[in-house]
This record gives sequence, C-alpha cells and structure tokens, in this order.
Amino acid sequence: MPDNVAISTQSMTPIALGRRITDHFMTGLAVLTVILVLVPLFAIFAYLVYRGVGSINWAFLTQTPKPVGEAGGGMANAIVGSGFILALASVLGVPLGVGAGIYLAEFGRNRFGDVIRFTADVLNGVPSIVIGIVAYSIVVLSQKHFSALAGGVALAIMMIPTITRTTEEMLLLVPQALREAAYGLGIPRWRTTLSITLRTATSGVITGIMLAFARVAGETAPLLFTAFGNQFWNLRANQPTAALPLQIFNYAISPYDEWHRQAWAGALVLIVLIVTAVAAVRFAVRRGTFGAA
Amino acid sequence: MAIPSVPRPNMRGPQPLESANVKEIPTSAGRGELFRSRTGETGDRIFKFIVMLCGLAVLVILGLIVYQLVLRSGLSWHAFGFKFFAGHDWDPVNERFGAMPFIYGTLVSSFLALLIAVPLAIGVAVFTTEMCPVRLRGPLSFFVELLAAIPSVVYGLWAIFVLVPILSNYVEPFLSRTLGWTGLFTGPPYGISMLAAGIILAIMIIPIISSITREVLMVVPQHQREAALALGATRWEMIRVGVLRNARAGIMGGIILGLGRALGETMAVTMVIGNRPEISKSLFAPGYTMASVLANEFSEATGDVYLSALIEIGLALFLVTIVVNALARLLVWTVTRGQPARANA
Repeated sequence: MPDNVAISTQSMTPIALGRRITDHFMTGLAVLTVILVLVPLFAIFAYLVYRGVGSINWAFLTQTPKPVGEAGGGMANAIVGSGFILALASVLGVPLGVGAGIYLAEFGRNRFGDVIRFTADVLNGVPSIVIGIVAYSIVVLSQKHFSALAGGVALAIMMIPTITRTTEEMLLLVPQALREAAYGLGIPRWRTTLSITLRTATSGVITGIMLAFARVAGETAPLLFTAFGNQFWNLRANQPTAALPLQIFNYAISPYDEWHRQAWAGALVLIVLIVTAVAAVRFAVRRGTFGAA
Repeated sequence: MAIPSVPRPNMRGPQPLESANVKEIPTSAGRGELFRSRTGETGDRIFKFIVMLCGLAVLVILGLIVYQLVLRSGLSWHAFGFKFFAGHDWDPVNERFGAMPFIYGTLVSSFLALLIAVPLAIGVAVFTTEMCPVRLRGPLSFFVELLAAIPSVVYGLWAIFVLVPILSNYVEPFLSRTLGWTGLFTGPPYGISMLAAGIILAIMIIPIISSITREVLMVVPQHQREAALALGATRWEMIRVGVLRNARAGIMGGIILGLGRALGETMAVTMVIGNRPEISKSLFAPGYTMASVLANEFSEATGDVYLSALIEIGLALFLVTIVVNALARLLVWTVTRGQPARANA
C-alpha cells in the first residue's frame, strides 16, 4: 500500500486500492474477451488451410462430382456455376442498387427518400432463407422448375440494399462544390451526376458493390430451392445449376470421408475466390483512379 | 440559381447599341433555353425518373416479399389459424402442423447466442476504442470484422468437424458434472445440440454487435471522457460512467441487430442443431429452428398444405426479424443521427 501511494500521490489524493484493482481487473477482462473472440477466427482459418490444402488437386478443380464410392471427382461445375449465378445476380442487382443509391443521394432529401432508406435497411435484415422462398414463389413456380435465374434473383435481392446504402453514402461524400462547378458550366444535372459525381465516387461505389458481392457469394440458404444444385455442367439460365456453397453443404452433412475432404477443399476455394475477387477489383479501381487523376 | 439584381455580362460579344437594352434580353429562364439545349431538361427529367424507379424497386421488392408470403401461406392459415403457432405436432404424413418446436428452438438458440456474444462483443469494442494502443486499433477491428466475411456454410463445416467433437468430448461432460443439477445440461453428450447451435451463432454475431458498439462508442463526445478523468476517475470508471452510460441506447441497438441476424441464420445452425422437432429443457438435446426446417424440408415438401405451412413459418420469421431490425435501427439512429460517425476514429 505505501509504495502504491507514493506512485500516485504527486499532487492529488491517492486512488483507493480497491478502485485500482477493479480498473486492472476490467482491463484484463477486456483483453480476455479479445483473445476469446480471436481464437475461433484463427482456428477456423487454420483448419480451413490445414484440411483444405491437402485436398485440392487438379481433379478437384477440373472434374464434376463422382458417384459415392468412386474416388476422385471435383467441384469444377460448382465453381463455374457459382460464378454464373453471381454474374446473373450482379447484372440484376448492381444497376438497380446503384440507381437507387443515386436517387437517395441526389433527389432523396425528402419523405419518400426516408421511406426508401428505411426500407433498404429493413430489407438488409430479412433472413436469406425467406428471400429464397420468395424467389422460389416468383421465379421457380412460374418456370415450373429450379433454375440458375431463380438463384440469381434471390442473390440480387440480397445485394440491392447494401449497394444502395453504400452508393448513397459515397455520393454524399463528393463535395457539393464539384456539382456546382459542373452546373456553372451549363452541364445538365444527369450528366453531372453520371460523369462528375459518380465518377469521383467510383472507387467507393465499387467497394460497396464488392462488399455486397462478397456477402452473397457464400450464401447457401437462398440457393437451396432456387438454383438447387446439379451434378453436371450447366450454363443455361433456366436449368438447375450447381453452386459451390450448396455443394459444400451437401458434402459436409454426408456420411462419407471422401466427400468431407472435398467439402473442406471447396470451402477453401470459396474463401480464396471471394478474397481474390474483392482484392482484384479494389486493386484495379485504385490503379484506375490514380491513372485518371 | 440566377442572381437577377446583378446585370449579367453580355456573353455574345459586341452588339448593336439599340439591342443592348437589358430589359429586352430574355430573363434567366429564357436565356437558359438559349444556352442549354432542351435535351438537357428532358434528359434531367428522364434521368430522375429512371433513378426514382430504381428507388421504387426497393419498395416493390419488400412489397413482393410480403405479398408472396401472405398469399402462399393462406392455405395453412385457414386450416390451423392461431393454433399453428401453439401446436407441438409436426406430422407431414397426416398433414398436422404446429410450429411451436421451431419457434422454441429459434428463440432458445438465439438467446443462448446473445448470452455468449454480448459480453465478448462489448469487451472487444471497449478494448479497441478505449484501451488498446492506437497502432493496434486498425488490425484488431479488421480481424474481428473478418469473422463477418466467413460464409455461414464454412462456419457450419468447421462446427461439424471441430466444435462438435470438442463439445462432446470435453465441454459437455464437464458441464453435466458441474452444472447437471440445473437440468439444463443433462442427457448424452453427443455434441450435436442446441448448445452447439448457440455457440456457433454467438461466433457469427460477435462482429455485428462489436462493430456497431464501436461506432456508437466513437460518437460519445470526447469531453465526457475528459470530464470523468478530471474528476479523478480511473480508466474503467471513466468508461463505465462517461462512455458506456452515454452509449446505452446504441449498444442496445447493436445487440438487437445481432439478435435479428441470429434469428434468421440458417446454414450453420442447420448443420449442428440436430434437426429434431422436439422441445427439451436440456441444452444437450437436439432441436430445430424455423430457418432450418425451411432449409431441410422446403424443396421436398409434398402437398399444398405442407408447403403452405412451411411458408407460414417463413412469414412468421420474416415478421419477427422485421420488427427486431426496425427496433434496432431506430435505437442506433437515435444515438448516431446527425453526428459524424467517424468523428474521433
């Protein structure tokens, strides 16, 4: 006690021992929570690499699944199928999302804008499985069979709110003076928005798109009864299509060791693909904007 | 935009004197037409119309979701009414459907997840904003948010092959020895259980709660901290009185947002909860959630009533998450609205 007092009494009353112990205890507790949260993160990545790397081989990346009992086979069709569904989703979702974001940023300072903003936030919280049901009801029931298009619609619905909100945020960061300068030159408003505002905010908007993309790329639930999965190659929008997350799910809950091995390999490929896609686009955008500037 | 009182410079160069009369030169609107082609204004109108349609699409999508869910669950609603949510039977063969086991499973697994995730997430947020060296802040929040980037199905995969064996070999036997008397931890320790679902959900919602909490803590004005320290508070007292108390509503919002995510989470839970429509007090027993019954049975549902009953579960899930999310947004908005969220980042 006396030496503690000596440290903290230079000009003030000493802080009671109990309070200081509480302070240290709480700091320790906070550090402990950080450790407890980081352990699963590293455990998951370590396991993914450990189980996945050994299972990835050329056949895995180039072949379609083999029937149970036969060794070998791969997820090539699922990897391509995932890319196909995601491309469909992006074609549908990105223009709508960016458009809505432009509306909110440039014309949305009113009641109607607030309603859309709130709706987008609410839509963001709708469980993905419910979105799957809706895509099933709208697309699958009218087409009478499962299809890549239905999967694309489901994922597009999930992308839109994220893209809308980030686009709005990024456009609002563009200085008002830049818009006024364009108006001053007699440039119409639509041209200003597209060629000045949106262009200035490009890297931010694309980051938002990639965020949405990464979020839906690993989605399984909305694909269960829309894209459905397929053992073979398919690149037609109106046919059932394999998707990487679906394949991982089906293999993970199966009782076969060979399929478990492939599930790990699939998970590793999925994460690597998501990370590279996001990193590649961000890199390209950063270089692009510097080149233009 | 035009400023009428100031004479405008003549932009068309020297002109005959008699036409230099300012009043006869068209007013700003007319001049606008001279300079700006008509296509500019129609272009503007078309452009506004197009982006407005995009905005409208967001509303339409939500409307379509509600419409489809209500329309297609009608059959089950007419057959069972409110008893649907109180019934314990789930018997597709005899077409008797009650959603109680799924509602119970969803609620229990989500609250279990909150119980685990909330203290951890708030601890992480407090540490990153108030305690840790500035250098560590960026990397730490990056790592925690990396947890949010892992797909649900990968969590499930990891849970099946790593978490569940750990639970059944070490954690569950230990819990049943020490806390078995509560009745919450009894039965055979298979690992596949409500407990496993709660833990994996907790890991998944920690990044959400902690990133919102961090945002909310950052908008607490710096002078609150300084005032507490000036009164002689220790760091923890400063955090408790000056920071956490001010951020209560926002943190609550983050927690509710995490709850919304946990309620609707499907894949990881489906893979570890055991998928048995029974209500059991023990957390070691398998259960079933609303989202997982949809994942497992929707594409195989035969019969209109069966399908309709499943869609009604979807509708219930949708309504609950809408209410939960709206509540959370309102709470977060009341705290952060009008203030730059990255003020002292």
